Amino acid sequence: MQKILDEFGKDQKELIHVLHRVKAKFGYIPPETIPGISRHLNITESEIYGVLTFYSAFSLEPRGEHTVTVCMGTACHVRGAPKILEEFERRLKIKAGHTTGDKQFTLETVACLGCCAIGPVVVVDDDYHAQTTIRKVEPILEKYKKEKKNDQN
Amino acid sequence: MTKIESFEELKETINQQIKLRNENEKTVLIVSAGTCGRARGSLKVIESLNKVIKEKKLEGKIQVKSTGCHGFCEAEPNIIIHPQNIFYQHVQPKDAESIITETALNNKIIDKLLYSDPVTGQVMPKESDISFYAKQKRIVMGDNALIDPTDINDYFAIGGYNSLGTVLKSRNPEDVIKTITASGIRGRGGAGFPTGSKWKFARDAKGDIKYIICNADEGDPGAYMDRSLMEGNPHRVLEGMIIGAYAIGATEGYIYVRMEYPLALKNITIALEQARKLGLLGDAILGSEFNFDVHVFKGAGSFVSGEETSLMASIEGRRAQPRQRPPFPAQSGLWGKPTNINNVETWGNIPIIIDRGSDWFAGIGTESSKGTKIFSLVGKINNTGLVEVPMGITLREIIYDIGGGIPGDKEFKAIQTGGPSGGCIPKEKLDLPVDYKSLSEAGSIMGSGGMIVMDEDTCMVDVARYFLQFTQEESCGKCVPCRIGTRQMVEILSRITKGEGRESDIKKLEELAKTIKAGSLCGLGQTSPNPVLTTLRYFRKEYEDHIYNKSCKALACKDLICYYIEPDKCVGCLLCKKSCPVDAISGKRKEVHVIDHKLCIKCGACFDVCPSKIRAVSKYTGEKKEKILKKASAGRVDK
Repeated sequence: MQKILDEFGKDQKELIHVLHRVKAKFGYIPPETIPGISRHLNITESEIYGVLTFYSAFSLEPRGEHTVTVCMGTACHVRGAPKILEEFERRLKIKAGHTTGDKQFTLETVACLGCCAIGPVVVVDDDYHAQTTIRKVEPILEKYKKEKKNDQN
Repeated sequence: MTKIESFEELKETINQQIKLRNENEKTVLIVSAGTCGRARGSLKVIESLNKVIKEKKLEGKIQVKSTGCHGFCEAEPNIIIHPQNIFYQHVQPKDAESIITETALNNKIIDKLLYSDPVTGQVMPKESDISFYAKQKRIVMGDNALIDPTDINDYFAIGGYNSLGTVLKSRNPEDVIKTITASGIRGRGGAGFPTGSKWKFARDAKGDIKYIICNADEGDPGAYMDRSLMEGNPHRVLEGMIIGAYAIGATEGYIYVRMEYPLALKNITIALEQARKLGLLGDAILGSEFNFDVHVFKGAGSFVSGEETSLMASIEGRRAQPRQRPPFPAQSGLWGKPTNINNVETWGNIPIIIDRGSDWFAGIGTESSKGTKIFSLVGKINNTGLVEVPMGITLREIIYDIGGGIPGDKEFKAIQTGGPSGGCIPKEKLDLPVDYKSLSEAGSIMGSGGMIVMDEDTCMVDVARYFLQFTQEESCGKCVPCRIGTRQMVEILSRITKGEGRESDIKKLEELAKTIKAGSLCGLGQTSPNPVLTTLRYFRKEYEDHIYNKSCKALACKDLICYYIEPDKCVGCLLCKKSCPVDAISGKRKEVHVIDHKLCIKCGACFDVCPSKIRAVSKYTGEKKEKILKKASAGRVDK
């Protein structure tokens, strides 16, 4: 962690960069990293909590192995995004913003990914799935579940 | 890459690259590979094309160019073949072989890859013939199709950085500001403030350090022209910024890119590195006394950071919350220093204005709005994509001539402009010329350029609820009327869409709207009631239908509809039964299927799969819905 902090200057303006970097390393912001960030940037821990809970990019809880992001932009909305989200929630048995018990999937929504022409859009990790339908939800999830099985073999 | 030390050297580099481009005798296969294109497989197409070229040893004859988005997202992945200018759409990796052997080598056109007009059905082999492009004026977007965004030489080859050279060599800062002012360009990010005046304020402000910022926190859902520009032509945006910095006297700049745009972040970072290596950024740019450098700032997922004072707070490492203006950023901005913020598209226009002159630019558009505007034409429209049109064009031309109308013989209902701060414009206003003034008179705004087309299946109360939900979630919480008021509005709108609306609800919505508008500090709050106000203005009947008749004519509000299989139409094909995720449909092959309304979650899967020739699955609302449910439950009791 100290190594990460040493990449940055000792100024509040580095805070969001540091948080992005910590997230890239751990997948989330482990609360135990906060005191170190606070000392390095010379700002209070409460200030750091204030900032990180304000932005949707940062989470204090560990994430699932795969992140499923359903775009809720206007163009996706009029093409049926709410139904797609419901189907993911139903299949994964979690609400948006949560992680499955087996830590395989975190389900999230995003305001708009800016790929409005190919909506409804779902992004799993870095893969974009265009023109999603309710019927495509299960195969999408299966694809990533399978990857896990293959890894184990 | 060696540093370019003077204007003359720059000119030489540009001329050399133009010459190389003109002398290139290779056939160029230009593949659109922005985020949308990639999502539809354009990278695999590029891979296959390169593989075929290598196998057939055609490297000397054919070249593949990966570019940013060409704007015609509906046709992705698409390819333009130069010099013939042939346009292929929905290209797949397996088409690579025939594209190369038939078209690139033998000029033979592959019919199945051609675009056919959704209205006339006519096939169009050439890009220039396609109706989607015909009425556009692509002065900013057009070059996306000419350049590999990761290669600065490609930008030189279209005359890139020539405007910067001209400015540094022969124009003083005041002179540059005069040109921008005379062009009449107004901010493309939302508020539409005259860019020249903004620059002058920042120039005149006293301060040893001044900053400029490129606002690339394109947060309006449904708008993505800034992403496309940054992905496809990052050097143009950067050139605009360097010219702006020179005019204002800034030494440092920031590009604030939202984190949801990974490719834009990547390409703009590459562009900065190249510009730095060539000495177009850094100290003594082109041998002048002008020093300037730019940092990229990756946002962290917050809509309100698009507001200028919030954006600066975010760069400073704080919560993105707006503050009172004045002082305006031009007087006291980033770290209290004079700061000038413009949006990506505005910066992208600057080099063009310098190059072609303010008179030329002011000759495009209307009295109050000059130049072109890029709109993202999305939703229920045939030709989805980014369209760049002269200001003053009518909505009808955009929707029907460029957009090719509404898919599936549905009827146009409204077009939503300006994102969550804008409003819905009904069909009676289709002949409205699109500019800052007329859109605001219609109750909407230009905004950053999102245009979401809605058809008869879109419920306007639901759309209003959607936008209010969005602003409520994104409200930073600073001003009470916005924080609590939007929540109240969402609650009221939600109950209306659920069929629990009360008589007093419309009045309450109007009162809340008034209070939120008056009592919020920033644009997000002040404009947040607009989607409700415009839908109430133009679609009041829909609200009343929901409240009094528990009916949603668009058949969109889940709680107000039911699905029903018409016994006289159902052929018992089992398709709907198989698609139902909760096994709510019963029935055997060739027997009429029946929906169990107690199990049905109204996901619409059955409706979507029922073959269009049969159309046995229907949706009902209002009295008819009640009748069906009553009958169904009576049937169950009988059993």
